Amino acid sequence: MILTIASGKGGTGKTTLATNLAAYLGNRAQLLDCDVEEPNDHLFLDIEWDERETVTTVIPEVDEEKCTRCGECGEICQFKAIAPLEATVLVFPELCHSCGGCFLVCPEDAIDEGTRELGMLEIGHYNTTGFVHGRLRIGEAMAPPLIKKVKEKLDLNKIAILDAPPGTSCPVVNTMIGSDYIVLVTEPTPFGLHDLKLAVGVTEKLGIPAGIVINRYGIGDAGVEQWAEKQNIPVLLKIPFDRKVAEIYAEGKLLVEELPEWSQMMGELLSKIEKHLQN
Amino acid sequence: MEKEIKELVVISGKGGTGKTSIVGALAAISGEKILVDADVDAADLHLILSPEIVERHDFISGHEAVIVEERCTQCGDCISLCRFDAIDEASFTVNSFNCEGCGVCVHFCPEKAIDFPEKHCGEWYVSNTKYGPMVHARLGIAEENSGKLVSLVRQKGRELAEAQGIDLIITDGPPGVGCPVIAAVGNASALLVVAEPTVSGKHDLKRVLELSNFFNVPAMVCVNKFDLNRKVAIEIEKFCETNNITFIDHIPFNPEFVRAVANGKTVVEADDEDLVQLLKIIWEKISSKLEEFSQKAARAA
Repeated sequence: MILTIASGKGGTGKTTLATNLAAYLGNRAQLLDCDVEEPNDHLFLDIEWDERETVTTVIPEVDEEKCTRCGECGEICQFKAIAPLEATVLVFPELCHSCGGCFLVCPEDAIDEGTRELGMLEIGHYNTTGFVHGRLRIGEAMAPPLIKKVKEKLDLNKIAILDAPPGTSCPVVNTMIGSDYIVLVTEPTPFGLHDLKLAVGVTEKLGIPAGIVINRYGIGDAGVEQWAEKQNIPVLLKIPFDRKVAEIYAEGKLLVEELPEWSQMMGELLSKIEKHLQN
Repeated sequence: MEKEIKELVVISGKGGTGKTSIVGALAAISGEKILVDADVDAADLHLILSPEIVERHDFISGHEAVIVEERCTQCGDCISLCRFDAIDEASFTVNSFNCEGCGVCVHFCPEKAIDFPEKHCGEWYVSNTKYGPMVHARLGIAEENSGKLVSLVRQKGRELAEAQGIDLIITDGPPGVGCPVIAAVGNASALLVVAEPTVSGKHDLKRVLELSNFFNVPAMVCVNKFDLNRKVAIEIEKFCETNNITFIDHIPFNPEFVRAVANGKTVVEADDEDLVQLLKIIWEKISSKLEEFSQKAARAA
């Protein structure tokens, strides 16, 4: 089963839920941190690293000798990443989406494959739980290709837990695609509700069933609960606000190891998900 | 002489550190300014500033491939050419979530059976708020091109500032370090990074500071909810000192932040004199640093 933890709004507790659920499941789980811009899961788990690789993407490199400045490459490129001028051809590697258009269209075979570094892919384990994450290179704009690389390491024999980035655009969509279920973590405030509605919109567009976890329950208002009931989206878990929880998180510790009720909550969450999927 | 426009972009790396609440507070405290919400895929600033929309525009960006069934002979060329697995092999339709809009299939289709319409990716607005004009946007759900929309709202904010003779822009930025953040920090006068004193907050702060360094935009740092973990809060302050990054102040954990949001107000409008005083002091510090950074930049130019 592939389970994605997402949220719309940042800082609602995705990482907390993903790491604690993975630790609770032990060898039954594999955790994949798909928030490649700001990967945090490894900070809460004492990971033993097994593999590390640099992930690159293909960009054009123009052979000025062969190039006749015909301009075809500049015409097919939708991203303004290659600009044939009279004297030379300018390539803007950071704008290139690696679609391969310029290679295919060049009549002189004057474009070679160069590379741009996207970031690092790191694989390891926490006790018996498998772990994978990506780390986007600082200055690199495109997260989706690295997220796809992380997802290539999916172990379908396990309950794969995908920790999504915040927001509702391409990095989130690329994480969610292919999931069996999506857990949306929110907080009971108007910010939480507003972004939850957007996140639910994404899951509906993708046609993936989703349920809600309300974190820091008790700090705000009843808006999230009322809306969820009206929309008929199950509230899987309410995690009461507790300063102690915030402090344990701040230190980078796992709640399932510090507070016994957390194991119970994680068990409850899983059975609610299973029940929702059966209906 | 024309006044130099200063733009402060507020970012955080990690989400949920209190960026938007702090932008709302600074909006209420600072003088004449233009406000920009550049967190276009989960824009929240409007929830506490109650903007009255005066202009509404479509955001059209990029293209999307659409296979026209009547002209398609199912030769399969598009499938082998597409590097994004965007064409379904059974139905010969384009999966719009995967389509990157590169146009390779459109160009090479032997039957010219693939249309390439422009994409409507969202909307952007110019509004009035009680603290000044605001430019904001709404990216369509699950849409692409958030970086371009960020650039667009910032550019419109700047045009508005120029037209109205206003020399300050406060921009609420997106979380992360990728495409929308890169679009938000380029050419800013300075960044205010709102950090939280947690292991993840510290980790993410370091990554956005690397980004500020990479794009050569000066940063200042403020710790929110510092009393959740004073040890990490002090570590962050020390880290800034060691790395020659302006450290502004610590803000305590305060339930007024949540209460204000719940009431659709900025935290400055709450009844907490101490907090309001602290935020005013913080704005003074930010404001003088912002002035210093833009003068330095002007001299360098």
